[in-house]
Amino acid sequence: MNGYSFKKKFRFREFLGEKFIAANAMVALVAIALIFLFIFKEAIPILTNPDVQKEAGISRMVFKQQFYEGREAKWSWQPNSDVPKYSLIPLFIGTIKAALIAMLFAIPLGVGAAIYSSEFAPPRLREVIKPVIELLAGIPSVVLGFFALIVLASWLQNTLGLTYRLNALNAGIALGITVVPVIFTVAEDAMTAVPRSLRDAATALGANKWQVSFTMVLPAALPGIAAGFVLGFGRAIGETMIVLMASGNAAIVSASLTDSIRTFSATIAAEMAEVVFGSPHYNVLFFIGTLLFAITFLTNLGGDFILTRLRERIQGRTR
Amino acid sequence: MKNLVAIMLTVAVAATVTAGTITLKGSDTMVRLGQRWAEEYMKAHKDVSVQVSGGGSGTGIAALLNGGTDICQASRDMKPQEYADAEAKKLKLHRVSMALDGIAVFVNDANQVKELSLEQLRGIYTGSITNWKELGGSSHVIVLYGRENNSGTYGYFKEHVLKNEDFADVTQTLPGTAAVVSAVVNDKFGIGYGGVAWDKGVRALPIRKDDKSAAIEPTVDNIIKGAYPISRELYWFFNGVPSGDMKQFLNWALSDEGQKIAQATDYVPLPKEKAQAGVIQ
Repeated sequence: MNGYSFKKKFRFREFLGEKFIAANAMVALVAIALIFLFIFKEAIPILTNPDVQKEAGISRMVFKQQFYEGREAKWSWQPNSDVPKYSLIPLFIGTIKAALIAMLFAIPLGVGAAIYSSEFAPPRLREVIKPVIELLAGIPSVVLGFFALIVLASWLQNTLGLTYRLNALNAGIALGITVVPVIFTVAEDAMTAVPRSLRDAATALGANKWQVSFTMVLPAALPGIAAGFVLGFGRAIGETMIVLMASGNAAIVSASLTDSIRTFSATIAAEMAEVVFGSPHYNVLFFIGTLLFAITFLTNLGGDFILTRLRERIQGRTR
Repeated sequence: MKNLVAIMLTVAVAATVTAGTITLKGSDTMVRLGQRWAEEYMKAHKDVSVQVSGGGSGTGIAALLNGGTDICQASRDMKPQEYADAEAKKLKLHRVSMALDGIAVFVNDANQVKELSLEQLRGIYTGSITNWKELGGSSHVIVLYGRENNSGTYGYFKEHVLKNEDFADVTQTLPGTAAVVSAVVNDKFGIGYGGVAWDKGVRALPIRKDDKSAAIEPTVDNIIKGAYPISRELYWFFNGVPSGDMKQFLNWALSDEGQKIAQATDYVPLPKEKAQAGVIQ
């Protein structure tokens, strides 16, 4: 009937603007890819160079090694030695211990605070709680590490009668303090996003406040809370300054939570400055960096993925 | 007008850049000494700026080899591998002894142990002696504190006390002698080692060279005399024989004035002849 064309008219300035903004967005992606490639490139000799593998091959890093004749095989991290030792197992166990203690400490606090803030707190109080807890996220980790080193370690040792003053528990609690705001923010957002209709339906059927919260809202918000856990865990694994200062940095294999630990991140921070460029020690440190990058990248990706799915579901888009 | 401002800025920047800047990097044991020397020297020579940072002897040596610093402060000599790396990079290293230092062994004031022999110290830090009661103290696990493996103090202790054996795996590592002292102050059953200059607030044990000798306290006199068994020289390494600002700074630090400052900062000054030997004419 009429000859209107709805094709968008090509305007050069808009074209340029779009491409410029797209380029800015690409910069972040490209930066991540390049960082990963650089770190991995410096770790490659472990997989390809036979001289490096004799000293620091994958099997040497994972399995118990008999380093000296007549002594038993064990896991040991002593890179500066006549016989360099690169077992990653003590470091891995240390990293996991610290992260686990942090999660055990942070999950009850974070989820509890989120439940209180979204379900039970009067609106005025909620406006105070949320920013204050998020303030915790703003504390520099070096300050927390210093606090753990000087104050928390002594208090723990006196209260619990611990043998070692700087240990996994000490570092784990301080780590937990940095994880609490992550879990709180995500869990609280997930719970306030649960539709009002769900709560009204439960109340209409005779549920009291507690029953509404724990039988209706919490299960509905569970994917979001789980995402919070995953993001918090990623944060705990990668945190460096706190463990460097407060964990004692002893690379041992032990199940006790009150023994000293050495984590991946603290190892890199402490040793990278001195290492001779291109040596096997250098390669191993970059290998550890690759591991850390991969773990935190995957946990963050997983957490974001769960959150996106949750958002889509709540907004009614089916997948 | 804009051009004038640009020119003025360039000239100002160029002026600050061409003013003498000397960078010192390396040993955490020596960092306080370097800073005191830098402060006093800059007071008298306003046109020179000296920047001092720590990081450990290993860090400083790596920086010198990579061109990241003018002077490397090191509390240990370079290892054969490091000398080889310097050769490979065609660097001519120049080493000067700047002061003496003893490595003190710290225990908490409440600890009943009064002295140790080198043999016992080695046993403690390699993990063969694990309980204080084996040394005459109360029955409790010995909590070992030490330095990170890039520290010159770590390297010296490992070579001379442990005779190149590994530290026990349970040795906790701390960044700097001050941190070691702080840890021992807070831990009744801890033991630590570090430069004698940092021993405020803990007890530094007298050490016996062997079971036949007397235990020697880590005092300044004992270290100058060479009587204290665990003492060492503190070095500055240069790339080539220094000249100009660096040479003046070096000669000043080796002079009576510089060595007096070292003593005031609780380091041990060099015997006069040794200091003179390092001065560059």
